[in-house]
Amino acid sequence: MRIKSQRDFFTGLMFLLLGVAFAWGSGNYPMGSAGRMGPGYFPLMLGIILSVLGVVITIKAMVIETLDGDPIGSFSWKPLVFIIAANLVFGIAIGGMPSIGLPPQGLIVGIFALTFVASNAGDEFNFKEVFVLAVILSVISYAAFIMLLKMQFPVWPTWFAR
Amino acid sequence: MDLINNLALGFGVAFTLQNLMYAFIGCLLGTLIGVLPGIGPLATIAMLLPATYALPPVAALIMLAGIYYGAQYGGSTTAILVNLPGESSSVVTVIDGYQMARNGRAGPALAAAGLGSFFAGCVGTLILAAFAAPLTELAFKFGPAEYFSLMILGLIGAVVLASGSLLKAVGMIVLGLLLGMVGTDVNSGVARFSLDILELTDGIGFIVIAMGVFGYGEIISNLSKHEDDRQVFTATVSGLMPTKEDFRNMLPAVLRGTALGSLLGILPGGGAVMAAFAAYTLEKKTALRPGEVPFGKGNIRGVAAPEAANNAGAQTSFIPLLTLGIPPNAVMALMVGAMTIHNIQPGPQVMTSNPELFWGLIASMWIGNLMLVVLNLPLIGIWIKLLTVPYRWLYPSIVLFCAIGVFSTNNTTFDVWMVGLFGVIGYIFIKLGTEPAPLLLGFILGPMMEEYLRRALLLSRGDWSVFVTRPLSGSLLLAAVAMLVVVMLPSIKAKREEAFVED
Repeated sequence: MRIKSQRDFFTGLMFLLLGVAFAWGSGNYPMGSAGRMGPGYFPLMLGIILSVLGVVITIKAMVIETLDGDPIGSFSWKPLVFIIAANLVFGIAIGGMPSIGLPPQGLIVGIFALTFVASNAGDEFNFKEVFVLAVILSVISYAAFIMLLKMQFPVWPTWFAR
Repeated sequence: MDLINNLALGFGVAFTLQNLMYAFIGCLLGTLIGVLPGIGPLATIAMLLPATYALPPVAALIMLAGIYYGAQYGGSTTAILVNLPGESSSVVTVIDGYQMARNGRAGPALAAAGLGSFFAGCVGTLILAAFAAPLTELAFKFGPAEYFSLMILGLIGAVVLASGSLLKAVGMIVLGLLLGMVGTDVNSGVARFSLDILELTDGIGFIVIAMGVFGYGEIISNLSKHEDDRQVFTATVSGLMPTKEDFRNMLPAVLRGTALGSLLGILPGGGAVMAAFAAYTLEKKTALRPGEVPFGKGNIRGVAAPEAANNAGAQTSFIPLLTLGIPPNAVMALMVGAMTIHNIQPGPQVMTSNPELFWGLIASMWIGNLMLVVLNLPLIGIWIKLLTVPYRWLYPSIVLFCAIGVFSTNNTTFDVWMVGLFGVIGYIFIKLGTEPAPLLLGFILGPMMEEYLRRALLLSRGDWSVFVTRPLSGSLLLAAVAMLVVVMLPSIKAKREEAFVED
């Protein structure tokens, strides 16, 4: 058997996997009966439906001919890694990392970290330009979120503020 | 005369200086973000939602409605000037709108979109006001079985009218329903699928899913396409007003678009996208007047009709949400989330228990539409400037505002990790060619569906036949089955695929 639509094949597999996982997980909760549903009843039902859909989609992907095999194409690792990493460094900066003893560094440090990491995701990276962008974003964010919307964020690193 | 009284009450609420200001800010911000290519109304609302947390409920909803209209209008601007549909409902606007821009008629195209939308918005608001009361009456006759069947109909409608593979869309809905199960079960107090993570016992935040999948996922996918030669028609926007001839062509098109849009908007699922497609198809079938530019070459009707239709549809899709409490599409699902944050349970009781909010929101919808015209036509120069900002400056800003928004929702970093995770998931969905909007709809409806199913079967002592033997519930299910059968018919199936490829 040859895969005729790569995208649908893997979508089907994903549904099957998740459906089985949820259905199996529902087994940990009381099932009850239709008239008195326990917390496991509805998720089990859904899990089974999702698994069945997954199987059907997978089979169809192997049977029905498509023009070009419907390829998934290569993953763009660079934007994926840098965008998610930018998000993570922002989280670490604003919330701190108690497990390694890092105190919250505040909004401004977070903005600079995020901007510099995220900017690596594109085709070009120009230090001066990114720096200017980070400054502009800091000013806008401070004005909008701290001054206007009065959100409760740590703005500056703890060692700096006092 | 209830209608007049109700509207008067609504305008009384909306016409305070404070609420007018929020409507204005909403429209402005919505357009500002919506203009950015590749960011649809969903991502825009998700991104700006945290900014409304601190406001009183009425003001927050008014601002959100403003954001929604702004985002839609911004999307059309991008479609016309850059040949890039910012959202699925402006896919057809691109066809003739961009051609008009290339012929140096970007101004009239933008004006046609704006004025057409405004007219449609006015009609839509009136329909909404007129139908709200009777539909709410009907809603009180609904028992749990009817609600469950209605949700089934809504979800089926959402996949039938959406583009792409039917099976995959159903799968996404079911997956969404399952994700909605995560967290503490209200009936038993059992924490389901929380993987022993304390934060997950509260469930997954809808904002986390919306921003991760629609914000980050889209950005990553956009970045993987190399910066193409986006051509922005900046210099050629002069003379905003359409000519007399344009108006004569536009008017019937706008009327037809509005009628179609209002009708399709009420239907569950379809709303704006389907309305725009249908309106364009209808215009193409209508004979050309002598001397008129053919479709696809910059016909103003091809801009005015779909824009009117999608705005009318956007307006009337509030009807199921406000009267029955059931979101008909993903954008409305976000609205449900927003209302829940402000402790409003959407549904028929809102109108009686909270009339200021209900009618104030409806009145502010009209005001929002008016503001779009007042705001956008003069400010068009600014939006065009925004289109010329390179993407490498835009996307870090979007990532930042998403991150700040997510963090500020609960002030926990856990949500920031989660949005990262859903960003990866969103990118995988895009790579697999799987439309994520049904997932969000399922996610919001999940807990509601389970609750109504449980109650319906409790009342019937476990007898599943209640869903078909109760007349209202039975006919709703029958309608759902009929919809499915119709799309499965080979001739319609081919047509449907053809209709969605036409971009």
